[in-house]
Amino acid sequence: MAQLNPDKIQSIIATDCGSTTTKAILIEKVDGEFRLVSRGEAPTTVEAPFEDVTIGVRNAIREIEELVGKKFLQDDEERGVLTPRVEPNKGVDLYLSTSSAGGGLQMMVAGVVKNMTAESAERAALGAGAIVMDAIAINDGRQPYQKIQRIRELRPDMILVSGGIAGGTITHVAELAELIAAAEPRPRLGIGYNLPIIYAGNKDARSYVQEILGSKTDLRIVDNLRPVLEEEVLGPARHEIHNLFMEHVMAQAPGYNKLMKWADAPIMPTPGAVGLIIENTAKQEKISVIGVDIGGATTDVFSVFQDKFNRTVSANLGMSYSICNVLTEAGDENILRWVPFDINRDDLRNRVRNKMIRPTTIPQTLEDLVIEQAMAREALRLAFEHHKDLAVGLRGVQQKRDISQTFEQSGTGETLVDVMDLGMLIGSGGVLSHAPRRIQAVLMMLDAFQPEGITRLTVDSIFMAPQLGVLSTIHPVAANDVFQKDCLIRLGTCIAPVGTAKEGDPCVTVTATLPDGQQVEKSVPYGSIDTIPLADGFAEVVIRPARGFDVGEGRGHEVKATLEGGVGGLIIDARGRQPLYLPEDTENRIRKLLEWYKALDVYPMDVLAKYAKK
Amino acid sequence: MAHAYTPGLKVTDSTIVVKRRRLPILGEVLVNLGDTVTSETIVARTKIPGDPETVNVANLLGLDPADVPECMLKQVGDPVKKGEVIALKKSFFGLFKSTLESPIDGTVDNISPITGQITLRGPSIPIEIQAYIPGKVIEVIDREGVVIETPAALIQGIFGVGGERQGVLHMAVNDPAEVLTEDKITPDMKGKIIVGGSLCTIGAIKKADEVGVVGIVVGGIIDKDLVEFLGYDIGVAITGHEDIDLTIIMTEGFGQIRMAEKTFNLLKSLNGQVASINGATQIRAGVMRPEVIVALDEFKERHDEDAVGEGGMSVGTPIRIIREPYFGKLAVVEELPAELQQIESETKARVLVARLQDTGELVTVPRANVELIEE
Repeated sequence: MAQLNPDKIQSIIATDCGSTTTKAILIEKVDGEFRLVSRGEAPTTVEAPFEDVTIGVRNAIREIEELVGKKFLQDDEERGVLTPRVEPNKGVDLYLSTSSAGGGLQMMVAGVVKNMTAESAERAALGAGAIVMDAIAINDGRQPYQKIQRIRELRPDMILVSGGIAGGTITHVAELAELIAAAEPRPRLGIGYNLPIIYAGNKDARSYVQEILGSKTDLRIVDNLRPVLEEEVLGPARHEIHNLFMEHVMAQAPGYNKLMKWADAPIMPTPGAVGLIIENTAKQEKISVIGVDIGGATTDVFSVFQDKFNRTVSANLGMSYSICNVLTEAGDENILRWVPFDINRDDLRNRVRNKMIRPTTIPQTLEDLVIEQAMAREALRLAFEHHKDLAVGLRGVQQKRDISQTFEQSGTGETLVDVMDLGMLIGSGGVLSHAPRRIQAVLMMLDAFQPEGITRLTVDSIFMAPQLGVLSTIHPVAANDVFQKDCLIRLGTCIAPVGTAKEGDPCVTVTATLPDGQQVEKSVPYGSIDTIPLADGFAEVVIRPARGFDVGEGRGHEVKATLEGGVGGLIIDARGRQPLYLPEDTENRIRKLLEWYKALDVYPMDVLAKYAKK
Repeated sequence: MAHAYTPGLKVTDSTIVVKRRRLPILGEVLVNLGDTVTSETIVARTKIPGDPETVNVANLLGLDPADVPECMLKQVGDPVKKGEVIALKKSFFGLFKSTLESPIDGTVDNISPITGQITLRGPSIPIEIQAYIPGKVIEVIDREGVVIETPAALIQGIFGVGGERQGVLHMAVNDPAEVLTEDKITPDMKGKIIVGGSLCTIGAIKKADEVGVVGIVVGGIIDKDLVEFLGYDIGVAITGHEDIDLTIIMTEGFGQIRMAEKTFNLLKSLNGQVASINGATQIRAGVMRPEVIVALDEFKERHDEDAVGEGGMSVGTPIRIIREPYFGKLAVVEELPAELQQIESETKARVLVARLQDTGELVTVPRANVELIEE
């Protein structure tokens, strides 16, 4: 791959090969800044009968060619994008790609102690964009034969083995290596190949690991990811995962050898690239960020809190392929609590199953849409719970406590996720990005994540975060320009006081000075939700929470801030935290839901009334 | 442009079915290019390493892990029998001896001076791959498997559970709307693949399982009945590996839904013939649908094959609506407006206007919510 000079780059094509669709975007420098010019998509062609990913890539790029009337592809089908640009209408300066086709990157991880080195290994794998199929640990409660059985059953793309701090255990690490050797694991792709294993554990155990696994597997040794208890060094392990992803997983997938040659930078796993863009946003804006991507099969959650990046993937929470699992995990009750009408349980279950087997159908009735969005709330909530469990501080670390902490029950390994500190929530995935009314995405995210205090809400317009993520490795300025201007749709800012009271009691008063100088004041009682319209620009806001309510500065303390508007304006969510106020009896619950939906204009109320009466 | 509707599942009285039969790991291919095979012919086999068992010799004999190798009476690669002494510890100048017996038949796979553990490996497990369909071997993949081809009638279902099975097709109902109930299952259906109409009740599923029916092909099943039969809920749409003796294939969906006329009539015409079925379903990229395959002696030329499915939809095309509020209804396309229209959910979608078969009512539905059918 040739050395690239970012200053000379004027036009870029980036593709993302998803499991069903390959999406291409064209970015060009317009009036000194990078903007999204066009996009195209085509079905992914990894599977039979095509079995060559580049066909889908060429088709997606060809769609852009037709739309903008320029030429980007070489005539020879075996060759890819014309780089560098030869004339204004011919070629681009940079071509990049990400991929999650063929099931993405599937890994197993192993560590000595379940919630220490095994958990660090899991974070390294997830951060690199993998789905973690299982985490094996010496103390995970399973018998050796059960662990061996598990390793044999799952056919991961690779295994990341960790364990032992510097100068720590060797025996347990050797035991892990012996377990893996005994299982004789086979890789998912490429019959006849040895399974890649990355060892990122105690340096003193390397020779033993080499002896045990060296001849049976494709062993790679990198720096210990937990050299001391107090420190986690995930970089080298993640880097090696990306290398192996290119060498093994991609090289085995049909057509990828060609695609790798076409691209000017290594192909990244899609979620790894999305993680990069989320991390960059948090860094640039100096805020805590949560990003979520809800797909048909999985839901990915990314977060940056206290400068620490975390990613989790809930492999079986999605809106089509695994929608039945959302029903099973959340339960009928939790889904139906968001639905403002009565529906027969058996009917609900048959409907959800039929959505699973015919995933490309769309809700025609409002009733179906409301149910689908209720399912999305629960899928997001469950994925977020899962994320909070893994995005934790290092466990097993000695902490110094002062006298004020003597009676606090908090231990090490507390979740890093603090929704009061959350600055921005970014949603993506069809159900959020393509909701018929944008405000529906606002309410789905509020109900699922229940942010506290002041939080900006956004959605990714067409899910181009993967392409922008990989672009950020080569040209961070271009990636950021497009991300801010064309990718993120600003939905507004939410003000959510923390506290509880009786329905109708005073909760919060917000005074906003709008960009045109007009002043608007709204007092919202507990149990209600309201908005101050502000489609564009910023408002100077004074928030006065009632006694007992906190919007970030302590109970009853006023907060002044400059808040950004959006499609939903300034959303004043006085429904309480934690918990969010939702009456348990059906009649009152439906009354409240209808009141909220009306206040924010979430659904056409006349049509909704038709179903409520039924 | 991509089709905006769900293409119909394949239901055809004559096509060429090609099946790739591969081993999970390298092995031996037992048939040759051009061979004719039956569905039971074993086409390839291999042995996967036996189950390993770890034994902590250091703990059991009270040894330091480093001393384990010298106490071993068997070395790596040696065969061992269950109960055979494999390690010996002598103490007090050989006066006291403690021994360790092998817990399994197998071989010594590893002796570790670091952990003090040994790994014993049980006998290799043979894996054999059957042809699954009768036909001709058209390709041999060296040490991996074969590709088999046959002219056949093929019916793809929408969702199934259970793996590959063979049996004689037997019509258990007379009409595609008929419900397959318990009383229609008889002991002579043992080993057969039975065909129901719009629904198969839980009573019928259980009775079929009891009498030894190997497969059920039916229009629909109630969700909770399937959960009751399996004993657990299916969360993710990957099936085929359920531990059940009865493969179930739904042709239409969940709930009571009349089996499509064409599917029913084709199955009826194949009554009494041997079919290969598989319930395995995977709904995502590389969609895999359950299938019923009946091999034919020869390929029947059909000039109209899939004419509708390939060419798209036009006025007069028969369709089935696959989402509320007209779920399961049959209709005929009356109009295909080109521009996007806003539907009740306020989604903007490409729609079609169709006349419902049962009431004659004209309805507007998103094209994504219909399936093509050939009657």
